[in-house]
Amino acid sequence: MYELIAFYLFSGLTIAMFLIVVLSKNALYAMSALAAGMILISGFFFLLDADFLGVVQIIVYTGAVMALYAFGMMFFDTTQDVKENIQNSKIIYGLWILSAVLIVIMISAPFMSEKLMLDASLSQDLIAGANNPQAVGIILFTKYLVQFELAAVMLLVAMIVGIILASKRMDSSITLEEEDEKILKEEFDIRESK
Amino acid sequence: MITLTHYLVVSSILFVIGLVGVIRRKNLLLLFFSTEILLNSVNIGFVAVAKFYGDLTGQMFAFFIIAVAASEVAVGLGLLILWYKRTGTIDLDSMQLMKG
Repeated sequence: MYELIAFYLFSGLTIAMFLIVVLSKNALYAMSALAAGMILISGFFFLLDADFLGVVQIIVYTGAVMALYAFGMMFFDTTQDVKENIQNSKIIYGLWILSAVLIVIMISAPFMSEKLMLDASLSQDLIAGANNPQAVGIILFTKYLVQFELAAVMLLVAMIVGIILASKRMDSSITLEEEDEKILKEEFDIRESK
Repeated sequence: MITLTHYLVVSSILFVIGLVGVIRRKNLLLLFFSTEILLNSVNIGFVAVAKFYGDLTGQMFAFFIIAVAASEVAVGLGLLILWYKRTGTIDLDSMQLMKG
């Protein structure tokens, strides 16, 4: 009963929050709604007995990613509305959504009909009696150790790239073709003079 | 009783919302937000499968997806700041350098 209420509460709120993200005109509202949605998704994870992942979700998404977006938005003029010229009609979007749903049904129908059973034989005895964070740690550092190290290297690369791209002098050294550069400069000057 | 199907339905609804955002919005920052929504909806699906099949592999996948999302944000936001410094706009249409 409790699970039922929690599930419907979390799913309704998450869908509402993400709809706000997608539909709102103001980027600041969108960011706040996204942060709220992230926290609500961690609610799903706790509901699914994935305690560790729920905590990671809160720390990484709401703590790191959304803070990064918040800092990034200080570089932009968020009060200036981006004029979005949307030419396509609603029918196009309807067809998009319909085709996406159709693909999902096509792919998932065989699985649902067969009622695929898992073979969870692999590491079941290894994690017997461990609670979720312990089990995650055991699996992560035995079966997925190489991937874990690769993820660490990837995060390091991403950090260096972020520092290089956002630091001050780099925008003059990372260039496009020279002519494009001139065109962009002119456009920028025109926009400045307005 | 909540079954796996419930979670997968919620996951696909969220995925469709993210997809609509990616297709519809022209603000580059909002495009990044929509990408986050897509990744999160997939995470819900993975964790639900991990629970109902009693296998932790789904949680591991979700874990690595979170790592990928974090690095994607770092690189993407760096590029976006660079673009804003150059052109003063974060409109998607400003990226049409090729006049096709």
